[in-house]
Amino acid sequence: METINFEDRFQEYVDSEQKVEPKHWMPEPYRKTLIRQISQHAHSEVVGMLPEANWISRAPSLRRKVALLAKVQDEAGHGLYLYSAAETLGADRSDLVGDLLSGKAKYSSIFNYPTRSWADIGAIGWLVDGAAIANQVMLCRTSYGPYARAMVRICKEESFHQRQGYEIMLSLCRGTKEQKEMAQDALNRWWWPSLMMFGPTDKESTNSAQSMNWKIKRKSNDELRQEFIDKTVPQAEFLGLTIPDEHLELDEKTGHYQFGPIDWEEFYQVLKGNGPCNKERLEARNKAHDDGRWVREAANAFAKKTLERKGENSAA
Amino acid sequence: MSDTDNWKIWEVFVRSKNGLSHKHVGSLHAPDAEVALKNARDVYTRRSEGNSVWVVPSEAITASAPEEKEALFTPADDKVYRHPTFYEIPDDVGHI
Ligand SMILES: [Fe+2]
Ligand SMILES: [Fe+2]
Repeated sequence: METINFEDRFQEYVDSEQKVEPKHWMPEPYRKTLIRQISQHAHSEVVGMLPEANWISRAPSLRRKVALLAKVQDEAGHGLYLYSAAETLGADRSDLVGDLLSGKAKYSSIFNYPTRSWADIGAIGWLVDGAAIANQVMLCRTSYGPYARAMVRICKEESFHQRQGYEIMLSLCRGTKEQKEMAQDALNRWWWPSLMMFGPTDKESTNSAQSMNWKIKRKSNDELRQEFIDKTVPQAEFLGLTIPDEHLELDEKTGHYQFGPIDWEEFYQVLKGNGPCNKERLEARNKAHDDGRWVREAANAFAKKTLERKGENSAA
Repeated sequence: MSDTDNWKIWEVFVRSKNGLSHKHVGSLHAPDAEVALKNARDVYTRRSEGNSVWVVPSEAITASAPEEKEALFTPADDKVYRHPTFYEIPDDVGHI
């Protein structure tokens, strides 16, 4: 008699490119991996609003201001879609948010860097959203249905984020000498952290192989990073800016850019909480949560009152 | 966390334009239906995705279990006579 265990059957199902849906049987580690990944992704969207919000009130024109407001609002929406996707796996929203606020949960390290000048808003849209898009386009084909659907929504909204960023860079690069220097300075500071967004190299990335097997991830960190570099270098050339990497060189044979070593020590330091803004970001999130408490309480009180009134009316 | 932070879940359905059905787009948390509707507007229709929204408490939905899939849906698989192509009509008859 042939026995096939649940794990094997699940792997076969995933291998046949079918989507896993909330109530399906799934291996516990698959569920746990997804909850961790989706909630970290959600936290990143939420914390990601902070560096950009820093410039909303100082945007140089109304056109830039409405665009930035809309972008930051989108990121809040992305966080919400993702928390909802995590909930379909049985995670509790308040636990997830609690873990972010207590500092237990991780979010993308990139948001622990400061936004010093207006050009940083351009660089973030162009590079940080650009890198996020590379990852999210891949995740549209992830094996977990609700995650894949959230990604499709998110990707539709992201393309404006990157374009508004590149447009800011373009205006600065076509402006005065000082403006172009601002743009170059922003590129210098955001380039390497953007490359780190794809995570450790394939050799160092311990969980990657299992995630690829389960088709949660469809491309490796190094593959995505290379794709991003190949796409971005010509965009920098168009701006007339220099990528801060003396080793950067097009390999004619492969058609891919070779690039210099990434400072992984910096990556792990920021991840551990020692980045320039880790503390500030967590404080800002906690303050926002606490300051909003009265609104939630008022909404609760109002909901209760409305329900009571309805009860009185139908009783009468 | 306090119950202030733990509102119930609502499923959101959006009609993208008149003539089409409402389609499930996701979920959200809200203390009551009215706030759920307002949140749904902000979260799921920021780009004219629809002209009508439904919100339904998740707990009000009864779903079939994946294990019941065969019992529920395979009986339809062998009833080919429910499809027009099952019936043989000569081409000469024209469109029918
Ligand atoms: Fe986003
Ligand atoms: Fe974005």
